[in-house]
Amino acid sequence: MIRVLLPFHLRNLARVDGELRLKISGPVTLRTVLDALEAGHPVLRGTIRDHGTLKRRPFIRFFACQEDLSLQPPDTPLPEAVLDGTEPLLIVGAIAGG
Amino acid sequence: MSAIRVLAGTKKGAFILTADGRRKDWKISGPHFAGWEVYHLKGSAIDPNRIYASQSSGWFGQIIQRSDDGGLTWNTPGSSPDELKGPGGFPQGESNKFAYEGEAGTHKWYDGSQHPWEFKRVWHLEPSLTDPDTAFAGVEDAAIFKTTDGGRTWRELPGLRRAKGALWQPGAGGMAVHTILLDPKNHHRMFVAISAAGAFRTEDDGQTWVPINRGLKSPYELPDPDAEVGHCVHRITLHPSRPDVLFMQKHWDVLRTDDAGGQWTEVSGNLPSDFGFPIDVHAHDPETIYVVPIKSDSEHYPPEGKLRVYRSKTGGHEWEALGNGLPQQDCYVNVLRDAMAVDSLDSCGVYFGTTGGQVYCSPDGGDHWNPIVRDLPGVLSVEVQTLP
Repeated sequence: MIRVLLPFHLRNLARVDGELRLKISGPVTLRTVLDALEAGHPVLRGTIRDHGTLKRRPFIRFFACQEDLSLQPPDTPLPEAVLDGTEPLLIVGAIAGG
Repeated sequence: MSAIRVLAGTKKGAFILTADGRRKDWKISGPHFAGWEVYHLKGSAIDPNRIYASQSSGWFGQIIQRSDDGGLTWNTPGSSPDELKGPGGFPQGESNKFAYEGEAGTHKWYDGSQHPWEFKRVWHLEPSLTDPDTAFAGVEDAAIFKTTDGGRTWRELPGLRRAKGALWQPGAGGMAVHTILLDPKNHHRMFVAISAAGAFRTEDDGQTWVPINRGLKSPYELPDPDAEVGHCVHRITLHPSRPDVLFMQKHWDVLRTDDAGGQWTEVSGNLPSDFGFPIDVHAHDPETIYVVPIKSDSEHYPPEGKLRVYRSKTGGHEWEALGNGLPQQDCYVNVLRDAMAVDSLDSCGVYFGTTGGQVYCSPDGGDHWNPIVRDLPGVLSVEVQTLP
């Protein structure tokens, strides 16, 4: 199971508490994790990546294992520790504004 | 006894203020969608418990919320967790998808160059007067969208941007369709206002639009002060009994038209400043109108630090200050364009919200004012429902 931690506002929007656990069949990448996340929680479509283009929204970042994965191509495999559930994938609202 | 429901959108959530027809003892519910900007909420005229809300965030984008029980509970239409369990197929999650039709094209940018159209947020939601599942959305970058399935999906009415859209240019607050008026006597006709493009009218359900800006003058904002488009219209309003008469608060100037926008005439008269944002019409007297003058385009607060609504009972030109119950010293709040509304009780109630978080009510057409609530986040919009 892949562990995913959403930011506060998206947890409220999706009506979930704590971490999500997603079952991914096939390669585990940012794209496949986000596909599974949006399939289970359609309300999140358009909030993390844009409708249509599926580009990451400007003030959203992805972290795992203390690495910023935000600029990686979306089909890059996620770190081994995310695959085996040791570490969560963090979806973060960037510090911006004031 | 009748009841009043005030829908207040703020910078940090939505609030619902309710009272009976006396409009004295108010109950406050909220924040709904806490922490999110709520630009606008509005209820259906034919099903008052159906309320649409625009929730947005710089981080997470646009969300459309809908309530079918007068604001007690909310759902994102077509993408809610509950619908995952329903028999109607897998939710598409497209209630927040606002895609411009075809090639989006470009509009004029601040420096005069052309800039691609980019959706940012929904500023205004206008439910249909005949069908609770139909509503219109005015968005930034300026365009109008329509839903016919209760907000599950939205389609642009692209004819609006064909009305010289390449010449439209954002103002300091962006470039948005912030006002949508539906003609209650002619359901094919609508009016919209755009900052900073002007006012527009359709006679064919939004398929084609014409600029209606003749008579507007913007000598300091535009190279051609009489330009057909480009004027910074802050708000337009009409009385449902007389939809050919529109009133406008422009960046500077208050104006009226008596022929549905064919020609505008300035009616600023004796106002202390004709800069402002909201304008509204009394529920029962179509010649009684309200504005909230602001000192200037550079100083967005009331003249002399006195919060005063100005009322004209003559459709403009002659104005009287209304400040009874409003702060008359050291007040430096603003009232934004969508933050004034009226109820339709026998003694017409007038309401407005401020950037300082106060929502005021006058139960007697503006003669006396009382705060309903004082310490909300900055108020972005106020709508009022008069309930049986």
